[in-house]
Amino acid sequence: MKVPVSWLSEYVDIDMSLDDLAHRLTMGGNEVDAIERTGWIDNVVVGHVLAVAPHPDADRLRLVTVDHGSGQAEVVCGAPNVAEGQKIAYASIGAVLQDAYSDEPGKTRKLKRSKIRGVVSEGMACSVRELGIGDDHDGILVLDDSAVIGTPIGEILGESVLDIELTPNRPDCLGVVGVARDVSAITRSPLKQPNIDFEATGPDVNSLAQVEIADPDLCLRYTATVIRGVNIGPSPQWLQDRLTSIGERSISNLVDITNFVMFELGQPLHAFDLDKVVDQKIIVRRATEGEKLVTLDDKERELESEMLLIADPDRGIGLAGVMGGANTEISDSTTNVILESATFHGVNNRKTARGLELASQATLRFEKSLRTGLSEVGLRRATKLIAEIAGGEVATGIIDVYPGKGKEQDSVRLDSNHIERILGLKIENAEVETTLGNLGFDLDADGDGWEVKIPYWRPDISIPEDLVEEIARIVGYDNIPITPLAGRPPQWQPQPEMDLRNRVTDALSQAGMRETISYSASTNDGEARVALPAETTSALKLRNPINADYAVMRRTLREAILNTVARNSRTWRGPIAVFETGRVFLDYGEGLPEERQMATGAFAGPRNELHWDASTVGSDFYDAKGAVEAVLDDLGIEAVFKEGEDATFTPGRTAVIKVASASHAVIGVVGEVASGVFSQFDAEVESVAMFELDLAAILKVMQDTGTGLDKFKEFVRLPASHRDLSLIVDTGITAGQIIDIANRNRIVTSATVFDLFEGKGVPEGKKAVAVRLIYQSPNKTLTTDQVGKIERQILKQLADELGAELRVQ
Amino acid sequence: MSLPNGQGTHKSESVEELKLAAVTELDSADSSERLESWRVDFLGRKGRLTALLRGLGSLDIGERKVIGAGANRLRDELESLYEDRVNQSKSSQVSVGSIDITLPGRKPTLGGLHPSTQMIREITQAFNEMGFQTVEGPEVELEKYNFDMLNIPADHPARDQWDTIWVDSDTHNDVLLRTHTSPMQARVMEQGDPPIRVIVPGKCYRYESTDATHEWHFNQVEGLAVDEGITFADLKGTLYEFARRIFGSTRKVRFRCDFFPFVEPGVDMSIEWNGDWIEILGAGMVHPKVLEYAGYDSAKYTGFAFGMGPERISMLRNEITDIRHFFSNDLRFLTQF
Repeated sequence: MKVPVSWLSEYVDIDMSLDDLAHRLTMGGNEVDAIERTGWIDNVVVGHVLAVAPHPDADRLRLVTVDHGSGQAEVVCGAPNVAEGQKIAYASIGAVLQDAYSDEPGKTRKLKRSKIRGVVSEGMACSVRELGIGDDHDGILVLDDSAVIGTPIGEILGESVLDIELTPNRPDCLGVVGVARDVSAITRSPLKQPNIDFEATGPDVNSLAQVEIADPDLCLRYTATVIRGVNIGPSPQWLQDRLTSIGERSISNLVDITNFVMFELGQPLHAFDLDKVVDQKIIVRRATEGEKLVTLDDKERELESEMLLIADPDRGIGLAGVMGGANTEISDSTTNVILESATFHGVNNRKTARGLELASQATLRFEKSLRTGLSEVGLRRATKLIAEIAGGEVATGIIDVYPGKGKEQDSVRLDSNHIERILGLKIENAEVETTLGNLGFDLDADGDGWEVKIPYWRPDISIPEDLVEEIARIVGYDNIPITPLAGRPPQWQPQPEMDLRNRVTDALSQAGMRETISYSASTNDGEARVALPAETTSALKLRNPINADYAVMRRTLREAILNTVARNSRTWRGPIAVFETGRVFLDYGEGLPEERQMATGAFAGPRNELHWDASTVGSDFYDAKGAVEAVLDDLGIEAVFKEGEDATFTPGRTAVIKVASASHAVIGVVGEVASGVFSQFDAEVESVAMFELDLAAILKVMQDTGTGLDKFKEFVRLPASHRDLSLIVDTGITAGQIIDIANRNRIVTSATVFDLFEGKGVPEGKKAVAVRLIYQSPNKTLTTDQVGKIERQILKQLADELGAELRVQ
Repeated sequence: MSLPNGQGTHKSESVEELKLAAVTELDSADSSERLESWRVDFLGRKGRLTALLRGLGSLDIGERKVIGAGANRLRDELESLYEDRVNQSKSSQVSVGSIDITLPGRKPTLGGLHPSTQMIREITQAFNEMGFQTVEGPEVELEKYNFDMLNIPADHPARDQWDTIWVDSDTHNDVLLRTHTSPMQARVMEQGDPPIRVIVPGKCYRYESTDATHEWHFNQVEGLAVDEGITFADLKGTLYEFARRIFGSTRKVRFRCDFFPFVEPGVDMSIEWNGDWIEILGAGMVHPKVLEYAGYDSAKYTGFAFGMGPERISMLRNEITDIRHFFSNDLRFLTQF
């Protein structure tokens, strides 16, 4: 909302700097985004059009001779409204004007001497838009005749405008008087209300026109006056200036007055040419489905049955509270006028305007459910101005059809102790009365509180807390004390899902991986790239996705992680070790989807940063597996890695992760990404190793088995002995098979493969595996003989079951 | 003063001469071998100091006492210097040859948390320490929790503050991506009784075109405290403490009137940043209707709620110029935090 300071000053004296005023309005809830100073432009002065001649080479251009006080200039002008004798805003070469043809707001251009269709233009006649004081660019701005030639334009148009970002609860501040009332309460300077008294000399209004409300649920009040014998013409300069100062265009005196009152008081109005209203009878009714109406913008609108129409007995004549109809529009020949000031149902009005994509200044106000009291005030104010400005005879009385009478909440009960209960600050009764009084509330003191009447301009007030806010914002939030939160802290509730995610996130980060966060949405095609299992639920579709790339909620993190690998592969030279712990959305078609927490990570590129003492080999399966092992160790989960299949991964290089305990539940997968999957991601790396942990499955295992809390185990203080075995086995034998056999013996406390070798010295089809076994008994010191005996046993089992032989050095 | 002849190659040294020689030679002993030979030479059983002491026997008692005391002091002194040098040479491995200490060390690879996670944790921890417990809620949410129970009725202009992405479903038209973390206010109150103190981080979504300062996908951190006797002054106290912890104790903070349908009075908390006031969070006293919708007696309980954007705070503090970096997952961005 733009509030010109000169306009605001009509209703309240401002005895502080504009910066102070802006600050105090902001603190009180009406945030002043900027103080715009418009109209002050160097090299633009009042010019006088001496002559208008056709352009020799262009039909739509004219050559205009302008007297600008210090000489004459010939400018080429394309505006249709330029005419001899006008006072205009003349910009000479060098003036910096708004670029009227740029979509970028606030873009300026410096006026240069230029040839237009062969004729040199010595400057320009400016439009409202070029001057930066409004949007209108249909023609040049025509100044009042009284403007003195050569006067800098700033002296005529210069204005400071408060640009206020209004909150949706304050439709009163969509009128300058509403803002003035806040200023008055803040500064304790009295409010000067606009005059609404008019002189009625005509016949009884009811003898000239009738109004009937057929659908009282959508029209709570309809007031109207009739003015006969008006002179339609241009508005007086002050009125044009007011509208220009907020960026509105002057149309005609009558239309301008209705607009002015809307911006003054916040009540939208509409004037009909009474002679064009059939039978001078207005009916407010729902449209019939498919009924057509040509609106003021000359567009034919097809209406729906829930849209409220202003009609005469034959046809629609206006879309209630949205836009008038062309058939009853005020024209130059209009003499008799019926002026409408009504209260329409907010939600219905909003739906109609949205349905027809007709956002208007009227709807901006009506949608906030204005109070019925405002319509009569707006009517009286506009009627007074019409009689003053456009002349004519005002009919006696007003038409007032008021089905909503008595149905609005009238007052709010405010207990004085309620204020302290909410604010934590005691405010004296006298101060409450003054503060609310200055905001225009009538208070009726009653016992230990007040019955507070809701003013007609404040539809947002309905409960005592609303009044508490009114008091607090005027007293100032700064004056409310600061206290620490006291009282009982609530009982702690466990959050196992969140705790597990945080723990896994920390473990992966400590393992050297970088956390990433991706958009939670994707596309079916995008997810298909990672070959989701057939049993995956269908994706949750979005009705209005932000764009086609985010059409469904994701069901996997694999796609996101591979995208992350791909994008970094082109810009990042070091190791790529990334993970994400987040939610996937699984829609089972019942209620809300399951939001399942997953942890997915990937390794690609070199294993190490380039370093003088580090290998330059690429990362592989074992990096991903190692990260998983680190996480599961941290969680205290014993897992086994079984050969498995998963379409995202390369067969033979994939392990399904299961818990070792009884359930053998699957908790994840790790492997090298299949080349067919990987090739769809445009990644500039050789291969990607990836893992995925299903945190929901892990949580279930932990809860079922009571894992998670590390328990101290007394360590064995007896000496351990270690032996290294170098074995020759078939290449198909896995380390896991060897370790499993070694671990069968209770005395073996650990078995670790520490070297692998194939090639020279090892027969074809065989490999050498070096294993370190640690022997330790919990209750006695083992002798060399005992260790030797166990070792022979183990070697026999290895030989019998795996064909393993001891390597002869 | 001259001394009588001693043994070995060193003859008639004074205490001072011996000290000078010992210190000079110790300085130039640059290997453990030379250090050992220095020890033998000066402090050994057949060393020069012993020789000096032995030579005292030929002097009269008065001189013997004076020189003897001086020589014993010198022994203490030299032994102490020797000890220092031995310790020093142990630590500098004088004998094993030098290495190129400019080569980079074997730096363990440290991973790292996403800047949003870091910010969320910092924020939630500040409130955890004031008794607020962290809880989380669904990102795909019912209209009822996201709007209706928060006093944002359908078709109300207040809904314009939250442009919504809706779920496309044949059976449900009331499912959406939550536009804020505030639905957890309703859920938490519906599930439990006062006192309530929760802090709720999580992802939110808006139908909003993206640019350097707007994202359709972002995190929010919501807070709610409800109990008997909670006031606006408590709101200020809690949020001041939060601002002090996140922005430092000298940062200027202001509270001004603002409007959100689920609070009354409504608050905007801003901090001063490079001469401007930057809005950090929206807050207010929980609207009585919101308490009532959740089944709380608004005549008995009051509370306050607040919400903030961790990415916005991170942008401010870490001077990040474009919010779109957060979800680009570019390691050139992520590794800076």
